[in-house]
Amino acid sequence: MTKTITKNLLSGPATLMYPKKKRRFTPLTRGHVEVDINACIFCGMCSRRCPTYAITVTKDCKEWQIDRLKCCVCNLCVEICPKKCLSMENQYAPPVTDKTTAIYTVRVEKEATGT
Amino acid sequence: MAHKNIIPFGPQHPVLPEPIHFDLVTEDEKIVDAIPSISYVHRGLERLVEKRDFIDMVHVADRICGLCSFMHSLGYCQAVEEIMKIEVPERALYLRTLWAELSRVHSHIFWLGVAADAFGYESLFMQSLRLREGVLDIFEETTGGRVILGVCKVGGVRKDITAETLQGILDRLTTLKKDLDELCTVFMNDYSIKHRLVGVGYISKEDAYTLGCVGPMARASGLDMDMRSLGYAAYKHLDVEPMVESGGDCYARCLVRIRETFHSIDLIRQAAGKIPEGPIDLKLKDTPNGEYFSRIEQPRGEVIHYVKGNGSKFLQRFRVRVPTFSNIPAMIKVLKGSEVADVPNIILTLDPCISCTER
Repeated sequence: MTKTITKNLLSGPATLMYPKKKRRFTPLTRGHVEVDINACIFCGMCSRRCPTYAITVTKDCKEWQIDRLKCCVCNLCVEICPKKCLSMENQYAPPVTDKTTAIYTVRVEKEATGT
Repeated sequence: MAHKNIIPFGPQHPVLPEPIHFDLVTEDEKIVDAIPSISYVHRGLERLVEKRDFIDMVHVADRICGLCSFMHSLGYCQAVEEIMKIEVPERALYLRTLWAELSRVHSHIFWLGVAADAFGYESLFMQSLRLREGVLDIFEETTGGRVILGVCKVGGVRKDITAETLQGILDRLTTLKKDLDELCTVFMNDYSIKHRLVGVGYISKEDAYTLGCVGPMARASGLDMDMRSLGYAAYKHLDVEPMVESGGDCYARCLVRIRETFHSIDLIRQAAGKIPEGPIDLKLKDTPNGEYFSRIEQPRGEVIHYVKGNGSKFLQRFRVRVPTFSNIPAMIKVLKGSEVADVPNIILTLDPCISCTER
């Protein structure tokens, strides 16, 4: 027991002092999907592949939309995208207080208008 | 003759990590009967085969359960690959084995923690979960996910592990093994823990066999049953040794899990030494047409994935028989005649996973 106590006293906490010290993600961490809307051709492959129907692509008004609460961060859309305009970011999507704020819409005319 | 009482146990109970309910019929402190009821977390995942095609279903299978998530996707992929007659590249098989064994390590350490919590060892619980964190970090570095790995796919795996990363993993496992050694001596030798576990929840070899026990539960009663000896994935190239104990009580089940954890670390080392170079996945051309039973060994025992396809993109039937389900009859048998105070221990040493059971 003495050994465990000394070890614990000397080694410091095993947990991360969160707001003070940010968590470091690995390069592979699946956090959230980002889109480079200027490269997108609105083929809709990502929305058809998505296992949770989180992505909606509207060709007419050139709009790409993702519901971050539905998205299961499986990376399938990133893999299938023919123009490679989708990317997986390491940071997790931020928490939200109501469901509509998690829907992220991007249009070609007005860039990155998070609604 | 004592008066009979019914004590409800669960679905919300401090020692239960998952929702299962028991009506315990008691006479004084003795349990004379136990009536289980499940289906608090039914999600209808099997039926989703009608809505999602067979490639997407891997992700659904991945989400059947958190602790054995990789094993479910592995079992499903294996079944589909058998139907489609795909030869998965060797390297992919080895990588699958690596992740499967890491899953076993983290699941067993987690179980040790939860068991420690159940018999009142708060500090031991924290220590176990701290060690488990190391394995989750390995998962995040190699696959991108901590719990739901999403790395298995029909025809191979999604991510490769470089030689340096593999060496890093082995180094970290050496440290983990040392820490685990220290922790496990407490589980094996502590007086109070032995007092709570030895002789409690005994099930004989014959009963374990007739009631259809699988996994650590069966092995603790002396049944030599380990699906890894079937030689799926890369296990045919490794020396798999089923950890069999003859005690049949809670202590034996605890010992089996401890020994398996060390054995898994050993298997990872073996696999890392033999892993060949080469591609990690295959391109799919066909759709599955036929049916297959895939049997693999999860941390909790044998799991069966039944897949039936009819040549279209959507499968016809998908069914999972999970280890907890086949251990429930034995759980009832063990509960009858035990003391009320031992119920949490008995239920926990079975390591029930209700999310798996209900899907």
